[in-house]
This record gives sequence, structure tokens and C-alpha cells, in this order.
Amino acid sequence: MRPTRIVAIAIVGLVAAACGGTTTPQASGAPTSGGSAAPAVSKALNIGFTNSQTGAQQVASTKQTEGIKLWVDQVTKAGGIKLKDGTVLMPQVKFYDDESKTDRVQALYTRLINDDKVDFLLSPYSSGLVKAAAVITEQNGRLMVTAGGADDVTMEQGFKGVYQVYAPGSKYLIGAIDLMLKLDPTIKKVAIVNEKDSFSASVVAAANPYAKSKGLDVVVAEGYDTGTTDFNPFINKIQAAGPDAIIGGGHFEDGTTFAKQLFDKRVNARFVALLVAPAEPTFKDIGDAAQFIVGPSQWEPAAKYSAETAKAANVPYFGPTPKEFTDRYVAKYGSQPSYQSSGGYAAGLVLQKALEDAGSTDPQKLQAALDKIDVMLFYGRVKFSLDAKTHGKQIAHDMVYMQWQKGSDGKLATQLVWPQDAATAQAQLRK
Amino acid sequence: MSLEALLPSAIDGLMLGFVYGLAAMGLTLIFGVMKVINLSHGPVIALGMFAVFLLSSSFGINPYLGVLAAAVIGLLFGTLIYFVAVDRVINAPELTTLLATFSVNLMIIGVGTVLFTTSPRSVDIDLGALRGSGVTILGTHAVAVVIAVLAAAALYGFLFRTRVGKQVRAVANNRAAAELMGIDSRRMLALAFGIGTALAMTSGALLSTLFAFTILSGGTYELKSFVIVVLGGLGNPTGALVGGLVIGLLEGVLTVFIPVAWVPVFEYLIFLVMLQLRPAGLLGSRA
Repeated sequence: MRPTRIVAIAIVGLVAAACGGTTTPQASGAPTSGGSAAPAVSKALNIGFTNSQTGAQQVASTKQTEGIKLWVDQVTKAGGIKLKDGTVLMPQVKFYDDESKTDRVQALYTRLINDDKVDFLLSPYSSGLVKAAAVITEQNGRLMVTAGGADDVTMEQGFKGVYQVYAPGSKYLIGAIDLMLKLDPTIKKVAIVNEKDSFSASVVAAANPYAKSKGLDVVVAEGYDTGTTDFNPFINKIQAAGPDAIIGGGHFEDGTTFAKQLFDKRVNARFVALLVAPAEPTFKDIGDAAQFIVGPSQWEPAAKYSAETAKAANVPYFGPTPKEFTDRYVAKYGSQPSYQSSGGYAAGLVLQKALEDAGSTDPQKLQAALDKIDVMLFYGRVKFSLDAKTHGKQIAHDMVYMQWQKGSDGKLATQLVWPQDAATAQAQLRK
Repeated sequence: MSLEALLPSAIDGLMLGFVYGLAAMGLTLIFGVMKVINLSHGPVIALGMFAVFLLSSSFGINPYLGVLAAAVIGLLFGTLIYFVAVDRVINAPELTTLLATFSVNLMIIGVGTVLFTTSPRSVDIDLGALRGSGVTILGTHAVAVVIAVLAAAALYGFLFRTRVGKQVRAVANNRAAAELMGIDSRRMLALAFGIGTALAMTSGALLSTLFAFTILSGGTYELKSFVIVVLGGLGNPTGALVGGLVIGLLEGVLTVFIPVAWVPVFEYLIFLVMLQLRPAGLLGSRA
């Protein structure tokens, strides 16, 4: 074979390897438990999704994928998902790089359904991509649990087979406003700024009237383009309006840059809460600029969900404790899980619980089981709307709020600051 | 409307405009000399960012020495791009060279994405700030302005004061006549492409000291560069610098008066208006 052909084949192989990935757990010939007379039958459960290995959502999406893969590992170690009829399902995931692009998502979900013939689907990360995927899964009459997408609008389309694990975007900054007013009731002027994307827009669409209903004066209410890197003139404008607080943001890149430039400009707002970015552990790379920034989070390692909280809510507890999840995640990946990681794992748990409840992989039975789910996980409570217009929308999960604070050792660390009964530290005003 | 924000925003915009101008000078120089629309401009800007990042984070080299290194790497890399992608099609229609440089764009983005992923990076540098009367001038921005001005001056010194620079201009004015005078036009074209790439990488290197970036970040500045070169005059480096300042100033000032999301709309409106009403740009094409 000519050397050029060898190189060409190698390049094609490398490209193919970069485009797709499969995590196949060590197939277990026989389940580890059983007890029933019927011999257990081990079946592969093919789960498909896309993730953003490149593009704007890469950081958060990687965390979500890690969460999903950890769930696959744990289920495999436990001997698979055991159904009542003795069938043992061994999950394996098939995923492709969607490059953070909606058109790629739609092409790849079509491929997952028609060519790869996966059994079930999980979602990509971010509301825009989830919406794109949901259109395809609905068109094909397939079920999808969304691991990371909070946009309200997506879940108000009357979809039948899309189930949202995240608390919807409209809840994201409501608690931050409550926290802010509890912390400093003298705060009157607030600037609400957001990335102009579907998710962030839905967040501020709820936050803005809520702020006004609390008597706050919204002195700036503006969106900025995705991909903005220079916020300096915008910050001058915000500063000129003299806000006591700034809330909003968008995703990781813009939120991190915005927080850094707020710090560089010495903007003296007493309270700053930003979406998505602060909840990502690498947010601390911006140093002192991260201090005092509050972030809404779907979940934090300090969360206190347990069998007791489940009992108090009169729902069953399912899966690992928050500490077990965190320890396993750190052991596998060497870094703290973010809420995107927890969303990935929780989506797997929701699918697992529904399969166990349904006792079957039959889509109709599984859908009925998903509709009935009301469960407490390490991630918090999960229950879906059954209303025709908002079917599948998350209605039980609550946000928590974290803040970057300096410990006595001078190092930055996140603290859970809201709700008060779950707080690990008192929230602090910016100085 | 908040006039209080006008002065600091105008200063912020103007300062950034120098860096925009430097990037656009690279694009316009290449077009002016060889009529090539260089679509590898954006990824090359991103490579300038990564050059500084890698040199400072891996080898502990001062970011501003990294800027100098990025310029040298840019010169060599641009010459390489010229011989690999442009030289053979230099006399083909403009669409061919445009597609050739677009291929380079895709290759850099592809390889860069594999090597660096698209995770945001930033260069750890803090030079303090001058503060007063509502104006904050960050040290990194001030140094970026100084370096951009020095780089622009060096380009002019080279083009107008050196023999080789005059040869580059001769090739730009009339390649056939320059060849008849014994000038090796192929070498001059390669050199011009190298200098254009060096300017783009230098601007990227400076931007890395100001903002976080990914391998995809060059795209934004590439688009701005196109607006700027049309504004200043295609092929006119002075026009590019002036265009950069105008766009920087507009970005800063418009933000004060209109919702920030509308600012890019106005930029591209200017682009369209200039193409329709004054295609030669503010200072005319090819000085």
C-alpha cells in the first residue's frame, strides 16, 4: 500500500474517532443478583445523545457528559438495570460532537434515531441545542430526557415525549432576588443584563417583573450578543446608572469575562448574580474577580437531599447520596462536579427509575412511568408537568444559590448561601 | 442615555480601535499587494492569542515578549501559507485565492480545536489601572495601544524607508513593471503575506492580554477587520488604522446611546453604506 494511502486511511480514522464516541461498559454475561427462578437475560440498552466537544458550550457540555458516563459506570458496576421480568439492561451510550450548533444537533439526532437505532435519547447541553433536538425526537415519536436545558419556551410547545430534569429558566434569578433583598433590604436599583439567547432571555423575562413586583427600580435592562468579549463600554453605561445590584449574564464564556471586567472597572454594585458561569468550578480562574459573585445552580455538592428530606416530602429516595455522587465523580475525573455534571447523572437516574417502574423498555409503558415519576434524587426532587401545553416541564426541582467566598486560608471556594435552611455559609455583599 | 458614560466609553473604544486597526492593516496589506482576500485572517489572529498563552503558561515567558515572538512566528507562518496555499493560484481569479485561504482557515480551526479544544483561555497579566473622574484606563489596554502604534510605525518605516519595502510597494503598484525592473515579485508577495500575517498575529497577541479567548475567537475580529478595511479603503494600511479607530470609537460611543445588542447592526450598516456610496473607503483604496 502506498504511503499516501496509509496516511489517508489514518486521517479518515482519526476524523471518524474525533466525530463520534461510544462508551460501552464491560458487558456482563450474567447479572450479579437475581434470586428469581427465571434465568436473567442481559440486554444492551442503547442511549444516544450529542455533546459539545467543541464550540461555545464545550465546558459545560463536557461536565454533563461526564455525569452521564459516571451513571453508566455505576449502573454497570451494580450489574445493570434489573427489570421485574428478570431482564437486565446494560446501558451503553453513543454520542457525537454537535460542535454547539443546532443544525449539527438535528442531523445527529436523526442519525441516532434512524441509523444507530438507539433505544432512548438524552439531550445535548444548553437550551438552544435541547430545543433543536426536541423537534427531531418529537417528529420521530421518541422519548428524550433533557439532561441540561432550562428554557421555559421549549417546554411550552406541547411536546409529548420530552422530559426536563432542570428547574426551568424562569426560576433561575427569582431566588437570587429574594436572597439579595434578605441580605440587604436597602438595595433599590438593579441592572438586569443578559446574553441574547433563548435561555437567558427566558430567565430575565421572569426576573424583570419579579424585581419590579418587589419594589426594585430596574435601571438597565439590556441584552448583549452571544460571543461578546469587550463589555467595557457596556459596563460604563451600567455604572453610570448607579445600580446597587447587577443580575443576569448568560453562559460560561461571557459570564466569566463580564465578571472579570466588572472587577477591573471597580463597579461598586453590592450584589452581583450571574447565570451558569459561577457554578462552573473553573470560574475561580479569574481570581479575586470571582469573589462575592452569586450563581444560581441546579445543584451543589453541599446539597442536603437525603432519605429524610424525601420522607418529609412524602416521595421515595432513589440513587446515591450527594456525597456518594461527589466522591465517585472526584475519584473518576479528579475534579469537583458542577451542576451540569449532576444534570447528566440525574437524567440517567430518571431513565433508570422509569425503566424499573415500567418493568419494560416498551416506549408507551416507559412514557407512562416517566409521567408518574415523583422522586427525590441526590440532585433534588424531580416531577414532570402533565398539563398538555407544558407536558414534561420540570415542576418540583428547586434552584440553590452559591457564592464564591474567600476562606480563612485566603482561598476562593463556593458556599451554598440560599435557601437559608440548606446554606453552608452566610451570603456576603461585595466590598 | 447616560452622558456620564460617554467619555470613558469613547476612551475604551478608541484604545481598542488601535488593536482593531492593527489587525485590519494585516488584512488590507495582503489585499493591497496581491489582491487576495485572506480568509485565514481570523484563525491567524487566534493563533497569535495562543502563541502568547502557550509561551507564558508553559515557559513562563513575559506576555509582551510573547507578542514579539508572535510577530516573528506570524512572519514565518504567513510566508509558509503563501507558498502552500496561495503561490500556485496567485494569478487565478480572486474567488480561487479566497477559497484557498478559506481552506487554510478550516485547517487551522480544525487542528486548533483538536489541540486546544474550545475552552476559554486567558493570559494572566495585571498591570494595574489609572483611575479618575469616572475613567478607568487599564495598564494592559494602554500597553496594547503603544505596541499597536509601534507596530504600525514599523510597517510604515519598512514600506517607505527600506529598499525591500519599496520593492513590495512596487509589486503592489504594478507587478509586471516591477519584474521588468528586476524585482523578484514572488519573494515580495510571500514577504507581504508574511507581514500581513505577522500583523494579524500581533493583534491577536495583544487581544489575548485584554480578553479571554478560544481558538474560535478570531472570527469576530476577522469580521470587524473586513468592516474596517472597507471603511478605510481596501488595500490602504493608513485607512485601516483610521478605520479601526472609527469602529472602536463607534462601538464605545454607540453603546451609550442605543441598546448594546444593536451596535453590531450599525457596524454592518456602515459596511453596507460604504460599499454602496463610497467603495473606495474614507481614505481611498491603495495608498
